[in-house]
Amino acid sequence: MIIKKALTGLKRHSLSLIFLFAGSLLILFTILTLFNMIFRQLVLDTEGLLEAAADPVVIESILLTLYCSFLATLIATILGTPLAYVLARHDFPGKNIVESIIDVPVIIPHSVAGIALYALFMSRSPVGGAFSNIGIIFEDSMWGIVVAMLFVSAPFYVNAAREGFQSINPRLERVARTLGASQWKSFYKITLPLSVRHLFSGAVMAWARGISEFGAVIMIAFYPMIAPVLIFYRFTTHGLKGSQPIAVLLILICIVIFVLLRTTARYWEKKK
Amino acid sequence: MITLENVSHEWDDFSLKNVSFSVNKGEHFIILGPTAAGKTLILETIAGFYVPRKGKILLNGKNITRIPPEKRNIGFVYQDYSLFPHMSVKENVAFGLKMQKLPKREIETKVQDIMDSMGISYLDKRLPSTLSGGEQQRVALARSLVIDPDILLLDEPLSALDPRTRESLIEELKRIHEVRNTTTIHVTHDQDEALALADRIGVIMNGELVQVDTPYTVFNEPVTEKIATFVGVENVLKGKIICNEDGVVVVETGNYQIRALSNLKEGEVNVFIRPENIILSKVKLESSARNSISGNITKINQFGATFRIYIDNGLSALVTKHAIEELELNVGKKVYASFKATAIHLIKT
Repeated sequence: MIIKKALTGLKRHSLSLIFLFAGSLLILFTILTLFNMIFRQLVLDTEGLLEAAADPVVIESILLTLYCSFLATLIATILGTPLAYVLARHDFPGKNIVESIIDVPVIIPHSVAGIALYALFMSRSPVGGAFSNIGIIFEDSMWGIVVAMLFVSAPFYVNAAREGFQSINPRLERVARTLGASQWKSFYKITLPLSVRHLFSGAVMAWARGISEFGAVIMIAFYPMIAPVLIFYRFTTHGLKGSQPIAVLLILICIVIFVLLRTTARYWEKKK
Repeated sequence: MITLENVSHEWDDFSLKNVSFSVNKGEHFIILGPTAAGKTLILETIAGFYVPRKGKILLNGKNITRIPPEKRNIGFVYQDYSLFPHMSVKENVAFGLKMQKLPKREIETKVQDIMDSMGISYLDKRLPSTLSGGEQQRVALARSLVIDPDILLLDEPLSALDPRTRESLIEELKRIHEVRNTTTIHVTHDQDEALALADRIGVIMNGELVQVDTPYTVFNEPVTEKIATFVGVENVLKGKIICNEDGVVVVETGNYQIRALSNLKEGEVNVFIRPENIILSKVKLESSARNSISGNITKINQFGATFRIYIDNGLSALVTKHAIEELELNVGKKVYASFKATAIHLIKT
C-alpha cells in the first residue's frame, strides 16, 4: 500500500525529481571543484597558504589585480552608464548592431582579444603611439592590464545598467520634468536612485570579471604580474604546490570582498 | 487659456491629425474617445514631451510649442499615477517645489496645506507601494497641484479605480476644481466621467478631434454616426424627410413616420434617439409633440440595474425592474414606444 502510494507519487512528480537530480549534479560539480582545492589547501597544507600570504610578491600581485580591475570598472561605469541609458531609452536605426557589438567581448576567445588589444595599443601602432606621447604606455604596464580588463568586463556592466534603466517607467522621468526638473535633474533624482541596485551589481560583476581575466592580459602585459598570471607562472615553474596557495588566497580574498559588498548593498536598501 | 492650432504628429503606430481646440481659463475640458485613440499622446504633446511636426500650442497667448516640459508649468497625472517609488508621500508632493528651489519653510507649509486639503496628511511618511489606488491618485493630484500649474493634465485619472473610490474621487475633483479653478484637460474613454465633470467635451477618434461641444450637445446631437454609437445613442434609424413645417419635420422611416425638430428641409437622414428618452406604455400616448410607435418586444436584456427592451420597430428602451413588473413586459408583448420630438436628433446622410 505504502509502496504503491510512493510509486504513484514518484510518477506524478517524475519531471521535477529527474530535473532536480540533474540540476544538483551541476551544482555539485562547481562546489566540489572549488571545495576540493580550498579544503586541501586550508586543512592539509595550511603552512603553504600562510607562506603565500606572507610573500610580498603574491600580496602585491593580488592588490594589483584588485586595483586594476577597480580602475577598469570605474572607466566602464563612467562610459557605460550613458551608453546603457541611451540603449534603454531610445530606438534608433542600427541599435541591434550596437547591442551585438557590446556583447562581442563576451563571446570571442580571450587570447584573441589580447592579440587585438596588443595590436591596437602597442607603442608602434598609431593609437598606442598617440597615448605614449602623453606618457601612457600599455605594453607590460598597468594600463595594459586595465584596457584588457575593461575590454572583457565592460559588457557585464553595460548590460546590467541597461536592464536597470529599462526597468524604470519613463513616465516617472516625464512627471519629474513637468514638475520642473531638467533632463539632468530627473536623471539624477529619479532614474539614478531607482537603478542604483542594478548599477552596483553590474559594477561588482564587471569587477569580478576583471579580476579573473588572464588570457587577454598576458598578451599585452605579462609584467607587472596580476594574480592570475602569477598563478600560471608559478604553476609552470613550481607545479601545483607552488600555484595552489596563491589561487586559494585569491579566491578567499575575493569571496570576503564580495560578501562585504553584498552586505553593504543590502544595508543601503534597508536604510531606504 | 491654452490653444492647440492644427497640431499634427506621427508616431510609429499612431498619428494626430490637425487637432485644434481651445480651453478657457478655469474650464474642465474632457477629451473623450475610445481606448487607443491617442488621448495620452495629445496630453504628452501638450506637456512638451513631443514637438509636433506641424501646428502650434499657445499657453496664455505665448507660443510654447518648443519650450521644454520643465519650463511650461503644466501639471500631469498619469493613469498609473507614476509616483516616485523611492520617495515618501511627502517627498513626492514636495518634489516640484524643491525643483523651484523655494525656501525650506515655504515648501513645508505649502506641502502641508495641500496634503491637508486632499486629506492625505496621515500618509506623509509612507512609500507609494503601500498605498491604495485612491490614495495614490490623491497623492499624484497633490503633487501636480502644489506647483500651482497653469494647466492640469489628467490621463484617465479614474479608470483604474473601483466604483466606490471613483465616485468619491469624482467629488474630490469637482471640489478641487471649485476651490482652485485650475484649467484642466482630462482624457477618458468613460462617458459617465465625462458627463460628471466636463464643462466641454472634445471627442477624438483615430487621432482626429471630431466634435467639440457641451456635454449635452455631444450626447444628444452627435455630428456623426460613429460618435453617436460611441456616446451611446443606440437607436439609429434611417429615414427620409417628407416635409418641414416651421421646423417640425416629418421623417418617413419605411414602417412609420417620426416627428422631429430640425432645420433640415429634405433628403436622407439618420435619426438618433437615446434609449433612455423612450417611454414604454400599454396604450398609445396621444400628444402632438410626441411620437408613439407600436411594436412587439423581441428581447429583454439586463444591464446592471436597468433592463434594455428591444422592440421590432427598430427601437430599444431602457427601463427599470419596477417598470417591467408594472407594465408586465415580456417577449412578444405589444407596447408603445413614445418619445418627444425634441429628443430626436437628425443628421443628413
